[in-house]
Amino acid sequence: MSPILVAGPSKPVVVAKRRSRSGYLLLFPGMTWLAIFFAIPFVTLFMTSLQEPVPGKMGKYQAGFQLGNYTNAMAEYWPQFLRSFIYAGIATLLALVIAYPLAYFIAMKGGKWRPLLLVLVIAPSFASFLLRTYAWRTILADEGPITSFFNALHLLPDDRILNTGIAVVAGLTYNFLPFMILPLYAALEKIDPRLIEASSDLYSSGVATFRKITWPLSLPGVVAGTLLTFIPAAGDYINAELLGSTKDRMIGNVIQTNFIEFRDYPTASALSFVLMAAILVMVFTYIRRAGTEDLL
Amino acid sequence: MAGAIKQVEDLHLLNLTKKFGDVAAVDDLTLTIPAGSFFALLGASGCGKTTTLRMVAGLEDPTSGTINIGSKDITNLRAFQRPVNTVFQSYALFPHLDIFENVAFGLRRRGIKDVKTPVNQMLELVELSAMARRKPTQLSGGQQQRVAVARALINEPDVLLLDEPLGALDLKLRRQMQIELKRIQREVGTTFVHVTHDQEEAMTMADTVAIMNAGRIEQLGNPADIYELPKTVFVANFLGQSNLINGTAQGRSGDDILVAAYGQTYVVPAARSSATTDNMIVGVRPEKMTVLDAPDGHRAPESHNKISGRVTDVSYAGVSTQYLVRTPWDQELTVFEQNVIVGDRCSVGDEVLLHWAPEHTFGLENLGG
Repeated sequence: MSPILVAGPSKPVVVAKRRSRSGYLLLFPGMTWLAIFFAIPFVTLFMTSLQEPVPGKMGKYQAGFQLGNYTNAMAEYWPQFLRSFIYAGIATLLALVIAYPLAYFIAMKGGKWRPLLLVLVIAPSFASFLLRTYAWRTILADEGPITSFFNALHLLPDDRILNTGIAVVAGLTYNFLPFMILPLYAALEKIDPRLIEASSDLYSSGVATFRKITWPLSLPGVVAGTLLTFIPAAGDYINAELLGSTKDRMIGNVIQTNFIEFRDYPTASALSFVLMAAILVMVFTYIRRAGTEDLL
Repeated sequence: MAGAIKQVEDLHLLNLTKKFGDVAAVDDLTLTIPAGSFFALLGASGCGKTTTLRMVAGLEDPTSGTINIGSKDITNLRAFQRPVNTVFQSYALFPHLDIFENVAFGLRRRGIKDVKTPVNQMLELVELSAMARRKPTQLSGGQQQRVAVARALINEPDVLLLDEPLGALDLKLRRQMQIELKRIQREVGTTFVHVTHDQEEAMTMADTVAIMNAGRIEQLGNPADIYELPKTVFVANFLGQSNLINGTAQGRSGDDILVAAYGQTYVVPAARSSATTDNMIVGVRPEKMTVLDAPDGHRAPESHNKISGRVTDVSYAGVSTQYLVRTPWDQELTVFEQNVIVGDRCSVGDEVLLHWAPEHTFGLENLGG
């Protein structure tokens, strides 16, 4: 190397290097966390999903390449898969329908009460998830007021709510509602009220303004909220466990029983992987659709 | 658009009042804005000019009073039912729509199918045809401003309302847009009502200026008339600068009022005085005064009003020089002198004589007592 190069701009180079090194240093804790708690378990899970039984020893498995684990698991449990996505889908839609007006009201009309109203949205989360779901057993109990009310109107196919799919969907909707409200609120709160005024100045009635301005501008919140509701709801097993019957089991319950009760680790792992992949595919399709057709 | 100038009608505000709690933002305002004029509502912030505009747009409900266009009462119409469009202060362009769709918005909402031709014409008028498919955030401030004008004007409103439309632009661009807006107004012939706190903007653009203060109109007229003959102390100080001297009317001499102040007598043409009592103020604009070195004082015409004083500050500003002159009664007067004289200017500490023609003097009511 020529001496001129060394003597000349050496200082800025050192500064630049130091800067990039500090960048890596700052990344280190996060990357370590990801490696230990995501990457390594991910690989282990994948390897487990391909394991084969040790001949003659029940509940013992060894490394292998059993793609059959996947096909067997799917052949046996596809109804629970389907049910999970249907329940999660209905719960997400219900949550959106309930959350949107609420978030709209807090963002647009809340005024000085906004912080309090937001705290009220989150407040139930201070109690444990399990406890809140148990509470729904009482709310939806066979002799309870809600069931009696609907029975009086002869609206229930099985004359009950508890231990049916309706109860599971209700529980899912309730439990994940805050995850819908908060992103919707964040998106609606950001909308400049002058855009609403401009729209009304340009011959839009309230309905047209909502369709053409408010709704499209709140779409990022809708996408975020539906994802934050759908993803955990699709993998949830507590609601189906506590509020549903064995006929309402979701894929989360299947994975849980395979792991904990049957100790069939390969099947449970394979199911977990399929669930992850299915959700990923759905999420990407959804984001691209929302992104290309509505957001742009 | 071009060629087909729209038949528009006068905008009438009648006893318009808007109260926020106990405070009247707009106080019993009665005003007629002639069709096709470029009208400016000028005032400091909080004077009620924007509230007035928002009531005309239908974005604010008046506490009392009516708004008419021609003979049609629009007071109780909702914003989207009024033949009025607004250019908002920060433009309020729809961020999720491109420029074409922003401009087409009003037409589409009214169910007009063929929007392509009018939108392209309008984009041409504001010289933004090349930007049709860009998003608002990809445009500069001046371009966004023109989109906002196009989006409102395409609906051929009876009245176009402009709320501080140039406030966010830098000085040079603002000058350009002032000329641009005037050109557009001449081409379309729509009534423009322009709200601004910038007196220069109001004066250069508007045919008629209304100066607002505390919810009321202090004075209304064409900019030159208001400047040359302000009717209140507020207007004299808000629109340009004024030298105001407290005095007492001593009587008349022909068509003139003789006013005594600090041992001097000043001549104010009666036609140029809005005072109703003897307790009045003598006013003169700084550029109407001439500065003479005290020894040359005899050169001032006999008929002129005169004040002697001492120069306390001289600032040279290219086109003109600004003098601050302290009077014997310790009031500081401002004088602008065009830099046309060859030779020495006065300097700080010089004893000088200020003089000006009576026809440049105006008389005001002394409300301060």
